[in-house]
Amino acid sequence: MEHIEKNIKPYEPNFTTMVPTNIVRFFRTCVIWQFIRFIIINIKMLAVVRKSHH
Amino acid sequence: MARVVVLGAGVSGHTASTFLRHWLGKEHEVVVVTPNSKWNWIPSNIWVGCGEMSKEEVVFELAPVYEKAGIDYRQAKAVSIHPEGGENEDKPYVTIEYTGQGKEGQTETVTYDYLINATGPKLNFDATPGLGNGKGGLGDYTVSVCTADHAEHANEELQKLISQMKAGQKKKIVVGTGHGMCTCQGAAFEYIFNIDFELNKAGVRDMAEITWISNESFLGDFGIGGLHLKRGGYAASSRLFAESLYAEKGIPWVIGAHVNKVEEGKLSYEQLDGTEGELEFDFAMLIPPFAGVGLKAYDKKGEDITGKLFAPNGFLKVDADYTAKPYEEWKASDWPRTYQNPDYSNIFAVGIAFAPPHLISKPMKSPKGTPINPTPPRTGMPSGIIGKTVAMSIRDMIEKGADKPTHHASMAEMGAACVASAGKHLTQGMAAALTVYPVVPDFEKYPGIGRDLDYTFGEIGLAGHWIKHILHHMFLYKAKLKPGWTLIPE
Repeated sequence: MEHIEKNIKPYEPNFTTMVPTNIVRFFRTCVIWQFIRFIIINIKMLAVVRKSHH
Repeated sequence: MARVVVLGAGVSGHTASTFLRHWLGKEHEVVVVTPNSKWNWIPSNIWVGCGEMSKEEVVFELAPVYEKAGIDYRQAKAVSIHPEGGENEDKPYVTIEYTGQGKEGQTETVTYDYLINATGPKLNFDATPGLGNGKGGLGDYTVSVCTADHAEHANEELQKLISQMKAGQKKKIVVGTGHGMCTCQGAAFEYIFNIDFELNKAGVRDMAEITWISNESFLGDFGIGGLHLKRGGYAASSRLFAESLYAEKGIPWVIGAHVNKVEEGKLSYEQLDGTEGELEFDFAMLIPPFAGVGLKAYDKKGEDITGKLFAPNGFLKVDADYTAKPYEEWKASDWPRTYQNPDYSNIFAVGIAFAPPHLISKPMKSPKGTPINPTPPRTGMPSGIIGKTVAMSIRDMIEKGADKPTHHASMAEMGAACVASAGKHLTQGMAAALTVYPVVPDFEKYPGIGRDLDYTFGEIGLAGHWIKHILHHMFLYKAKLKPGWTLIPE
């Protein structure tokens, strides 16, 4: 949690927002998990593209 | 025989002209008038601006592509539109001034049966003293990533800064919007996180104070009034999404800010709550506000009708409801569907060139009365879809004799996929992958948040970076009209 201890200060504007924990940060660059997300995001984006053409 | 003239070859104009050329028979002409000799995949300018790509990787020469396609290409800027013709010409025409092809400075008239205005924006650096050079160009104190040349210059300055930090000098970096009426917050958002990534990679992140400054009333507004995403069982605002990223990266923010003056190493700003302040910087990338390119219009007698054809901001009027009304009365149906000019049915405007009926974000002013709010973005996917939609309508008007546009593409009925880079690397890179549906919130159809939560989502990760990388190659491939290009969606 070094990024939280380093960057967040009490009663500064960033004190009231959510900050990712280490496990969230790990999954952002975990190749296997991100490959699964890659497939899912592409499907979701294609659905939006399809819905946007009339 | 019909002649379609397209003014501009950005995302929207290039899409419209290439599809028209693909669909129309050889007896019809497609003419493209654009002052640039090269096409630029603008989203990747961010990577040029931090040294991860060369300028040559994001541009290509238009002439050979148009020659292969059979498009009549004139490297020139449009000067005026004459929708009723003139004293010596019965047909409507545009006047153009060459910027290349060995005819620099020469003017000529080009008649048309259908005109598509896709001129994009004028980068209005001079709207902020010190941001511009007083001649319409970028000033000496800041950098920009709006064009490939600007991005190349930005990287040169960034690399100097990194060298100085490696030599032990602490530096201040400011990124954001350079005026209260800017759009394109997403580009600045991408650039600031790519700078953070590059400084970490160079091992000098601790030597830099990076600050975000923006005209958004809340982080994550992006000029579309923000959005909501399903996250952990909640419909979470993009404010949380954006603030979280800035907090994680240790980047403080100044929001609701109109930058009113830029000097060497310092900028001044005014905020929505009346606060006035200054930020010092050693390196600053500030997006300028956009305006129309300054096209004039004349009737058959030569009388100036610019105010009839164009809105005061220089963008062309189309089939939108331009009635001035308060935010509470705005409707999704105010937004244009066919992009046809109401006075001249053979004139259309696409991409950034059409005049939006009003802002998408809620209008706001400082206590001094200075408007401070993002203006509507019309880039990327919406521009491509609008360009193709107008091309389909014109095709049907030419070939099937349709007396009105046959296709529609309202931004209030259209979604957008957006991938905002936050660091370029095959295994360590990141990007925020977002979709929003519809772009313009429809509070009648989707009360409360204005959008369909099933089609509006976002997440940060390596997958988004891979998608951004694929999009770079896919859209350059498509723009070069390589085999199968028509199968790639806008």
